[in-house]
Formats: sequence, C-alpha cells, structure tokens
Amino acid sequence: MKTKLQNNIAITVIRVIAALVVLILAFLLGDILISGIPHISWHFLTAASQSFTSGGGIGVQLFNSIYLLLLTLIISFPISLGAGIFLSEYAPKNIFTATVRMAIEVLSSLPSVVVGLFGFLLFVVQMDMGFSILSGAIALTFFNLPLLTRNIEESLRAVPDLQREAGLSLGLSKWKTVTKVILPEALPGIVTGVVLGAGRVFGEAAALIYTAGQSATNINFGNWNPFNSTSPLNLMRPAETLAVHIWKINSEGVMPDAAAVSAGSSAVLIIAVLIFNFSARVIGNQLYRKLTATK
Amino acid sequence: MIVKQWVINGGELSENSFGSLPNFGGEVILMDPIKDKIQSTSRETRQDIIGKVLSYSCISLIVIVVLSIFAFVATKGLATFVVNKASLGDFLFGTNWNPSATDKAGNPLLGALPMITGSFGVTIIAVIFAAPFAIGTALYMTEVASKHGEKLLQSVIELLVGIPSVVYGFIGLSVVVPFVRTHFGGSGYGILSGAFVLFVMVLPTVTSMTVDSLRAVPRYYKEASLALGATKWQTIYKVLLRSATSGILTAIIFGMARAFGEALAVQMVIGNATIMPKSLLAPASTLTSVLTMGIGNTVMGTVGNNALWSLALMLLLMSLVFNIIVRFIGRKGRM
Repeated sequence: MKTKLQNNIAITVIRVIAALVVLILAFLLGDILISGIPHISWHFLTAASQSFTSGGGIGVQLFNSIYLLLLTLIISFPISLGAGIFLSEYAPKNIFTATVRMAIEVLSSLPSVVVGLFGFLLFVVQMDMGFSILSGAIALTFFNLPLLTRNIEESLRAVPDLQREAGLSLGLSKWKTVTKVILPEALPGIVTGVVLGAGRVFGEAAALIYTAGQSATNINFGNWNPFNSTSPLNLMRPAETLAVHIWKINSEGVMPDAAAVSAGSSAVLIIAVLIFNFSARVIGNQLYRKLTATK
Repeated sequence: MIVKQWVINGGELSENSFGSLPNFGGEVILMDPIKDKIQSTSRETRQDIIGKVLSYSCISLIVIVVLSIFAFVATKGLATFVVNKASLGDFLFGTNWNPSATDKAGNPLLGALPMITGSFGVTIIAVIFAAPFAIGTALYMTEVASKHGEKLLQSVIELLVGIPSVVYGFIGLSVVVPFVRTHFGGSGYGILSGAFVLFVMVLPTVTSMTVDSLRAVPRYYKEASLALGATKWQTIYKVLLRSATSGILTAIIFGMARAFGEALAVQMVIGNATIMPKSLLAPASTLTSVLTMGIGNTVMGTVGNNALWSLALMLLLMSLVFNIIVRFIGRKGRM
C-alpha cells in the first residue's frame, strides 16, 4: 500500500506543478492584456511618442520594429539558408565541420547584450555608422543566424534520402537536387522556423540599445526616398524599436503616463508575438498541404 | 560523306569539315566528341561548384563573426589589465566598483565582485526554483498527461519562450517588485526579484529540453520496469530520471546560461546598486545590468569604459564555460 500511496502523491504533485505552470502563463497573459488593451487605440498605435507629456503613441516605434525585422530577415535568411544547406548536405565529417558546429552553438548561447555590444563596437564606432537601423539589423542578424541555421538544417535533414537519390539519379547536380527537390519539401518547416524566429527578433531589445539606438527621430511618412534623412526607409537613422521603448520608459522615462504607455506597448508586443506564433503554425500547415499530397 | 576532324593548329583545337575523303597527310587527330564532352566541365559540375562556394562562404561568414566577436571583445576587455594596468585579482575579488575614482596607490577601483555575486546569485536561485518545476512539467507532458494535456502544455511552453524579455521586465517591475516589497520587505528591488523574473524566463527552456531527454529514453526501459510490477512513480524515479540524468543536467546548464546572460529583464528589477549585496532583498547589480547602464555613459578608451568591456569579456567567457560543461556532460552521458 505504501508504494501505491507514494505513487499517487507523486503523480498528484506532478499534476499540480503542471497546473501551476499553466497558471503562470495565464496570469502573465492576463495581466499584460488586461492592463494593456484599454490603452490601445488608433491614436496610440499611430501617434509619435512624447518624452515629457502624456498622450504619446508608439507609431514610430512600431514602424521601426517592423522595418528592422524585415531588414534582419532579408540579411539573415540567405546566409542561414546557405549555412543550413552546408550543414545538412555538404558538411564533410572533419574538423572544419566540428568547428563550425561549435561556433554556431557558441553564437546561439552568447548573451544578446554581448552581441549588441559587438555590433556597437564594430559598426557604430569603428565603421562610424552611428546608431542606425542598419547597425541594428546586422546585430539582430548575428542574434538570429544560429537559430535560423539550425532550423533550416533540421528541416532539410528531415527530408528522406530517397528524394536526394531520386534527384541525383535523374542526372541533376547535387546543388539542383538541393534547391529544386529537397528545399521545396523542407519549406514548411523552414517557414515555420523563420516566423517563430521573427517573433523573437521582434521582441529583442538588449542587442538593439547600442546599435539601433534609443531615440525615435521624427520621420515623415510622406517621404519614401530612402536617401532622405527623414524618410521612414532611411537606413542610417537611429531607430528605437517597441521593445527598446518599453525598456527606456521604464528605466528613465519621465512622462507622466509611463506606466500606461508601457502597459499598452507590452500588450502590443505580446499580441504581435501571439500572431507570429499562431501564423507560424498556420502558414507551415498550409504550405505543407500545398506542396505535398496531404489532404 | 562529311567527316568531322579536329586539326591541331598551333596547339589549338579547331573543327574542320571536309567535302570528301579526309586528308590524313597533315597532323590530324580524330577525337570523339563524346570524350570531349566528358572531359570538359559539365553544366552540372559548374552548378555544384557554385553551390559549394555559396554554402561554404555562408558558413565561413558565421565562423568569422564568432571569431571576431571574441577577438574584439577580448581586445577591449584585456585593455583594462594591459593598458590601464589594473590587477586581475582586484578585478575579480575587489568589492569596490568606482572606475572614476582611484585608491591610494593610484589604481582605479575596479572590484567587480558585487556584479559577479549578483549574476551568480540570480542565476543559481532562479535555476534552483526552475529545475523542479521544469522536471515536473516535463514528466507531466511525457508520462501523465493525455494527448490534449500534452498539447496544451506544449503551447504554454512555446508562448512562455516567445514573451520578450522587456515584457518580463515590465511585469517584474509592476507585479514582482511590489509583491516582494509587501511580503518580504525592503524596497522590492534586489536579487530575489531578479531571480523570480528569471525563474519564469528559464522555465520553458529547461522544460522543453528535459522533455526531449525524457523522450529519448528507450521505450523498453519503461516497459521492463512496469512489467516488474513497479508503479508509475517508481518507474519515473528509478528508471526514467536516472537514464535521462545527463540530458536533464544539460537542460539545467542551458537554463543557467540563459539566466546569466539575460540583461534587460534583470536590470529593470534588481535595483542597480554596484555594492556588495548584503541580503537577497537589497538592491544589487549583475554583469549585464552594469553593462547596459554603463556603456552609453562612458567615453570610449577611458578606464571606466575598458572596465565595462572586461565585464563583457567575462560574460563571454562564462557562456563559453557553460558550453564546455554541456559538452562534458554530453560525453559522460554517452559512455
């Protein structure tokens, strides 16, 4: 009987722990959404932020976040695609591959603040690019590369070798086999990974504080010439993102409605992450259905 | 009849067509066009070369990035000791951090022990809390839950990973700090609050890696144990957890690495006082929090700035140490 009792107690404890974890998430989401959503309005989402008075919005920050995310994906996707293809298709079993794997592992576990500081040192200071969107996008690329590479490698690896043999036996080159046969089949997994990574990049702040900067300069949404300094598309302007904005107003904000603005911004950030998570799954499934014969 | 011949003209191959019989008088070599085709680089080979070049250059770029991160941060971080002649012992064990001031001997006050203590303090406490929760949740997902329960927990973990660290920091500021203030005393800012926030942040990392290692335990281990009449808990405790130990340890180390390197969420709740923490409730600071606060306020090349880079170097080395520990555990686990 003793063992039975022990068993029941232990299983109950495990259930309670799992329930607590669910409660923690429910509390977090509830707290953010309940305190934040009342502050979200069209004005809040589009207006410029205020430094000293209340009533500021997050329009510029929101645009910066999205723009920076797109730039980061544009830079990091091709690189990690190449690297992922190398690791899954070409990598010979030698010391070079072992070194590469270790480098990627180390890069993925580096604190993001260190990655940001490196970006600050190399791009902002040494290359004299100043606090700019471009420096920020490159720093975020470093941050995103290892995850994306690993995800692409795993998706490619999951494709059965039969497909590779089929491609090669048709007389295709290995490269064509990879790009025309393997890659399309791995695409759903890759896309899911990219979108999930996008969620992470969207919320990252530590790597951006000293690369993209902490100031949202006034931008003129009527001017889309990327070489003009007030244009939203300008690569060299400092750009505070939404996540950095939350950090900034909480550590040194002086506007009277700092708590409300950060609650609203946090809610927006969480909703964005939820959308990313949800769409990653939906897009992945849709693509998979489209590309394969699954119903 | 038209015969194609390849005639060597001054070392170059050229194609000649003859109206009638071939002329064997000159220096003429008959060559099979197929042989020629085989010997030259085909389109496929060229594609393969391009592919190889592309993928090798992408991967090399990543390696170069990692190497240059280390090179840059190390150069900057070592300058404190090489250029500013600070002593490594004082840096690691000194308790007085005030880079703009100097002691009687004229050395800058660069004792980083308060930050080192803070970093290790929040990390260890967070992981001590997180490990049982993570293992419990992982056991629930792999052994206890129904398919629905497992899916639910899976999404919970994914969402917890997805919440940005500034949001954790903001919740820490608006919920955890007041909670600690009313229930434990003090200002609410301190190592305890930092550890609470980190606990939630590392929980999903440790959980999902523990789940992976539990799933990797061969099914027949479990079956054998149950067939011997062991209860579920006995099976979990005596078989599953034992054979997944190295995986679980790896998960915990990864959690520690994440906690150690987390910057903003901790910085927002820890109080940022660069003094030796007297208790868990007193304001303290971590390596990352001092870095985020300080880099913007110091001038490049000054002692104060170099000292901050030394802290960054330390973070870098610690993340390397965590990696090495993980590799070591992995090797032990395989034997």
